[in-house]
Amino acid sequence: MPNGVGAHADAHGHGHAHHPALQHHFETLEQQHEASTLGMWVFLVTEVMFFGGLLMAYLLYRVWYPEAWSEGSLELDILLGGFNTVVLIGSSLTMALAVRSAQTGMHKATVRWLILTIILGLTFLVVKAFEYEHKWALNHIPGPNFQFEGPHARQVEIFLSLYFGLTGLHALHMVVGVSILGVITWMAHKKRFSPEWSTPVELSGLYWHFVDIVWIFLFPLLYLVDRAGQGGG
Amino acid sequence: MTTTVLPRVTYINVKHGVASWLLTKDHKRIGIMYMIVVSFAFLLGGLFAAGVRIELTTPQGDFVSSDTYNRLFTMHGIFMVFFVLVPVVPAILGNFVMPLMIGAKDVAFPKLNLMSWYVFVIGFCFTLYALVSGGVDTGWTFYTPYSSNASNTNVLPVGIGIFITGFSSILTGLNFMVTIHRMRAPGLTWFRLPLFVWAIYATSLVMILATPVIAITVGMMALERALGFGIFDPRLGGDPVLFQHLFWFYSHPAVYIMILPPMGIISEVIACFSRKNVFGYSFVAFSSLAIAIFGFLVWAHHLFVAGISPYSAMVFSFLSFAVAIPSAVKVFNWTATLYQGAIWWKAPMMWVFGFMGLFLIGGLTGIFLASLGLDIHLHDTYFVVAHFHYIMVGGAIMGFFAGLHFWWPKMTGRMFSDSMATLAALLVFVGFNLTFFPQFILGYLGMPRRYHAYSEEFQVLNVLSSAGASILGVGYALIASYLLYSLFRGAPAGANPWLATGLEWTTQSPPLPENFAVQPVVNEGAYEYSKREIKVA
Amino acid sequence: MLEGIPLFPEQASNLAPEVDNLYFGITAITAFFAILVVVLIIVFAIKYRDKTGQKVGAPITGSIPLEVGWSIIPFIISMGIFVWATIVFFHLVRAPEQTLEIYSTGKRWMWRFQHLDGASEINTLHVPLGRPVKVIFTSEDVLHSLFIPAFRVKADAIPGRYSSIWFTATKTGEYHLFCTEYCGTKHSGMIGTVTVMEPGDYQSWLSGGGGMSMASRGEQLFQQLGCVGCHLDNGSGRGPALAGKYGMQETLANGTTVTVDDTYIRESILTPQMKLVAGYGPVMPTFQGLVNEEGVMSLIEYIKTLPPAGQAAAPAQAQVTP
Repeated sequence: MPNGVGAHADAHGHGHAHHPALQHHFETLEQQHEASTLGMWVFLVTEVMFFGGLLMAYLLYRVWYPEAWSEGSLELDILLGGFNTVVLIGSSLTMALAVRSAQTGMHKATVRWLILTIILGLTFLVVKAFEYEHKWALNHIPGPNFQFEGPHARQVEIFLSLYFGLTGLHALHMVVGVSILGVITWMAHKKRFSPEWSTPVELSGLYWHFVDIVWIFLFPLLYLVDRAGQGGG
Repeated sequence: MTTTVLPRVTYINVKHGVASWLLTKDHKRIGIMYMIVVSFAFLLGGLFAAGVRIELTTPQGDFVSSDTYNRLFTMHGIFMVFFVLVPVVPAILGNFVMPLMIGAKDVAFPKLNLMSWYVFVIGFCFTLYALVSGGVDTGWTFYTPYSSNASNTNVLPVGIGIFITGFSSILTGLNFMVTIHRMRAPGLTWFRLPLFVWAIYATSLVMILATPVIAITVGMMALERALGFGIFDPRLGGDPVLFQHLFWFYSHPAVYIMILPPMGIISEVIACFSRKNVFGYSFVAFSSLAIAIFGFLVWAHHLFVAGISPYSAMVFSFLSFAVAIPSAVKVFNWTATLYQGAIWWKAPMMWVFGFMGLFLIGGLTGIFLASLGLDIHLHDTYFVVAHFHYIMVGGAIMGFFAGLHFWWPKMTGRMFSDSMATLAALLVFVGFNLTFFPQFILGYLGMPRRYHAYSEEFQVLNVLSSAGASILGVGYALIASYLLYSLFRGAPAGANPWLATGLEWTTQSPPLPENFAVQPVVNEGAYEYSKREIKVA
Repeated sequence: MLEGIPLFPEQASNLAPEVDNLYFGITAITAFFAILVVVLIIVFAIKYRDKTGQKVGAPITGSIPLEVGWSIIPFIISMGIFVWATIVFFHLVRAPEQTLEIYSTGKRWMWRFQHLDGASEINTLHVPLGRPVKVIFTSEDVLHSLFIPAFRVKADAIPGRYSSIWFTATKTGEYHLFCTEYCGTKHSGMIGTVTVMEPGDYQSWLSGGGGMSMASRGEQLFQQLGCVGCHLDNGSGRGPALAGKYGMQETLANGTTVTVDDTYIRESILTPQMKLVAGYGPVMPTFQGLVNEEGVMSLIEYIKTLPPAGQAAAPAQAQVTP
């Protein structure tokens, strides 16, 4: 028994060559795929909780200070926000197409869709940077230099704190996502994926869609507070 | 006949050198690496506690200044909670034995597992940095606005440290959860799983759902402190109590991260040394899940005097009583497991007896605190301090030592002195009670927590408590000494020194690098001792 | 040696016996279960001991009736405790209608108490025997908590909010007063003494305190800060009339209603634009920085004493101490 290491190497050799992507501690590629997918889903659950803490604070203060919320929300640029929403939805589409191409073994198309996704992701980040820059110029960054004219200035500062907290965290996820997609694109370029094994593309797709969905929630929560009511006067 | 020599190839000697450890993906080696860091944190936390207890032998506050004292208890809490209690069982024993128990070669994501260790160490380094650059004085609870505005100590590096360490916990929980779902040996159905695996599963659930919330909460506190963001700032109309809600949304379930895995250990050890099935297996298994789920619904019982509405206080009090029931069910089941057993008085079992006594007191005093009318008086007094030490040290640490003694032969391949270990269990049990029982009385008398100087009438009880702490210290030092001795001179243990069931005992000790020579197959429940012919050694 | 160890705090309020009975009740119940389980463990461990380690235990796997029994019975008992403890809790948090009110602010690291008729004290609190007392307090900086063990009462002091405790002292003497929410360097020095006095002694103590009553100080502030210019009594000013509003419902500009209580008045002074009364414009400036927490409390006290419109006498005037 104690000297069973040598025997062990053969013990689970099933007579066929291992797929290069199969890690030693898994029995089959399918088991590995299932484990990775489950892992990603669990990870996304933790992400929900992560944003959840901030959203909890958002919810509480929105109930307490509805006027400040609509006041602060009017400060946000709905055009840029809306544009970014469209960009992100578009990137989800290109990402889904990239996953599909990887699963069907179309290497070139995979690379192309991935690059397009990255470009859209970067577009989002650049637009976001302009929005932040604008806030900076207006001294709307919470902190000692914060300046805001309006009846609920102090609570608007809380709103903007949460705005920067939420969108900053989201932007951080975008940066991570774009970096991951960079690696995946390189792997796709090297033809590492096949219909038999395209787990990394699928998982980064899951992650990308998640980040996208977070924005779908953030956009109305931050930009569209009571906008109709305010517009009417 | 068990082997009496150490096996030739083991996970320990398969590769040599520091790099082979630092780059390992073997869950067993990673478990050992956690043990080293956690032991260091435990030593530090213990030293801070010693400082606190020395200070409290006299009422005047004459050993250290009040600022130093505040740093002492804060650093004690931070190291013990985030770097000892949370990782001690899951990251050390969970990592080491859980994959063995389910007949897997490793956890589902070995690289991620190693990364979790590094993340843990990086978080630990930030906290150490905060310590050497002057420490922190906010209390481990970081209540705002003191932490965000008033304290002029190193809150930021600790905040960052805890934020980072949180990810270690999240990733470990994720890894374990996927491992238990996808890596079980053929035939190992859910209801054949050892109860320790159930406990680890429930713990992972809590880690995954609760830890992100503390990370983001500490993050918000740090943003407020560093950049002047105003999320909890009362000057802006922010609510400092919101911080407490978010903080306890993690930190109460975190208590279950600390206590559930030791509960799993108790089930393993009791079954082995009673040579019996765990009484009511499925009730014990589901009570772990029930505790994990109910544990999320009771956080506001830390806020009964913090100005929450009396009606929500009522609801949280009710739920706190409800969460006590599954814990009680476990205790009754363990007691019933002893009935008509063949109880082998070995050291791990002695630690279990110690656990039962202390956890019982810890759990039952929780009833006092869940009772609204009493909590008003007891909140933030030494009664609370005593209660949570009974749960966290009396429960979690005693449970950890039960598990460590139980699996030590598996981890190292060597035996330790049974009589020394029994003596240590006795010392810790006596020392612990002497330390913390007087604190219940102090608390009801009204002595507040976190007091550097106190009224003279509290002195006798405080001296008793400090005397107990020194016995406790001797007990822990004794454990360290005989275990270290065993590491070099202990008799070879053989594969199964306790004649236990469970897959981890079917492989050699210490195990092979990939755990099993042949993929194990399971065809019976976890604790079929009574069906078993015990071989005469 | 043993008589040197205190085991039990003094009972000096009407609430203390209630809390203590609960404490003894729970102690008895939990001690019973603790002893039961410990005895069973010891008996089993000795009776079924096997020194060889070679025997096996009986093949018992469990029992549904037992599981149900030891789930339901503790649940019923704990619900009993829950109900009892909740009843005591509501006695602790619900002050009676007529109380002697004392205002207090906590700041690092002292408690300042402000009696209605002007006496103020730091880290000491004098209260009369046998009369319900309500201490209303807030914090000027971080969290604190006001705890009087002999009365079994406690509540956190939270910046931006009012908390309160109430009690009826039942025994003259001096008792501890502690801060129980960690607040920094001198947290353990943020302590004081509560002195319970015979009502007559209390009255003479009060008259020795001197100073202006809170309501008259509030009235003075009301003039100085210029509140009087807008909050005209007849309601024709730029701000709503305040007389008789305390404790009433007020409709706000956004359509919701609010009860005019301490917290609302405090908010209206410090963040006037937040909850505007319907029909009035956002013209009032904030008084943050111009008036401290004690000033706000005096203003509240003054507004409380204003009679409803139509009643002539101004009690604030009548209460000025000689």
